[in-house]
Amino acid sequence: MNGNLSRAFVNRRGRVPHGNFELYSWLFMRISGLVLLVIAVFHLFYMHFAIGVDNIDYDLIAERWTNPLWKVFDFFLLFFALTHGINGLRYIVDDYVRRPGWAVAVKSFIFLVYVALLGIGAYIIVTFQFTPESVQAALP
Amino acid sequence: MATRTVYRRGVPILEGLRYRGREGMFAWLLHRASGLGILFFLALHIVDIFLMAFGPEVFNELLVLYHSAPGRILTVFLLFGVLFHALNGFRIIVQDFWPKLWPYERQLIWVEAAIFIPIFLWGAYQFLLPIFTH
Repeated sequence: MNGNLSRAFVNRRGRVPHGNFELYSWLFMRISGLVLLVIAVFHLFYMHFAIGVDNIDYDLIAERWTNPLWKVFDFFLLFFALTHGINGLRYIVDDYVRRPGWAVAVKSFIFLVYVALLGIGAYIIVTFQFTPESVQAALP
Repeated sequence: MATRTVYRRGVPILEGLRYRGREGMFAWLLHRASGLGILFFLALHIVDIFLMAFGPEVFNELLVLYHSAPGRILTVFLLFGVLFHALNGFRIIVQDFWPKLWPYERQLIWVEAAIFIPIFLWGAYQFLLPIFTH
């Protein structure tokens, strides 16, 4: 495998890529794809058909997050969906941004966006404390 | 570079769509477009859920986005994207791990469409109904 076949793949600088990063990236897309096939499709259908968009408000989500299992579910959803999506975007950049310098710049920017979104998403899921509207109204 | 010779710029869209890739090419194109669309929505969705940190007034104010008629129409696009990306991605995984199925790609895409169309139409109807009843 690492002999003749990998020599068929030459990156833009004309070098044979070393390491197995792209293999693990491919495998990650399949595994996270299967995970998301269950949890992302469930999330979309559950929120729209079981809960209903018109019933979603601050209190509903605050109550959902009193259950740590929902926090774990939401964190998994955040991590797998965002990582799968950003890695897909990286494939698209590889396809269309032809100059190596630009590709590095664009992919660095995308990575920063990834870290920022994962950061704010994880922050709210992990740190959120339940304060019902009635309790908050009674506060001075 | 060999890739440069087949990578022609400025091809009109209609000529591009007449390319002989047929079902496989359209599945690839829709997979890419829906992936980009979902990622764009996901970024918005992470930011709007983050607004939970600013309390109920700010958060509930924002939900108008999802309850407005344009918001509901955009959600139908989201349903289309998620459902298509999920089914098409599943087909790709099945073919990757069971390469004997590659010659039947075209037929598998039609099976995928047969599953996709009824679920999507039913879901889109449910999503759009509140525009007229609320």
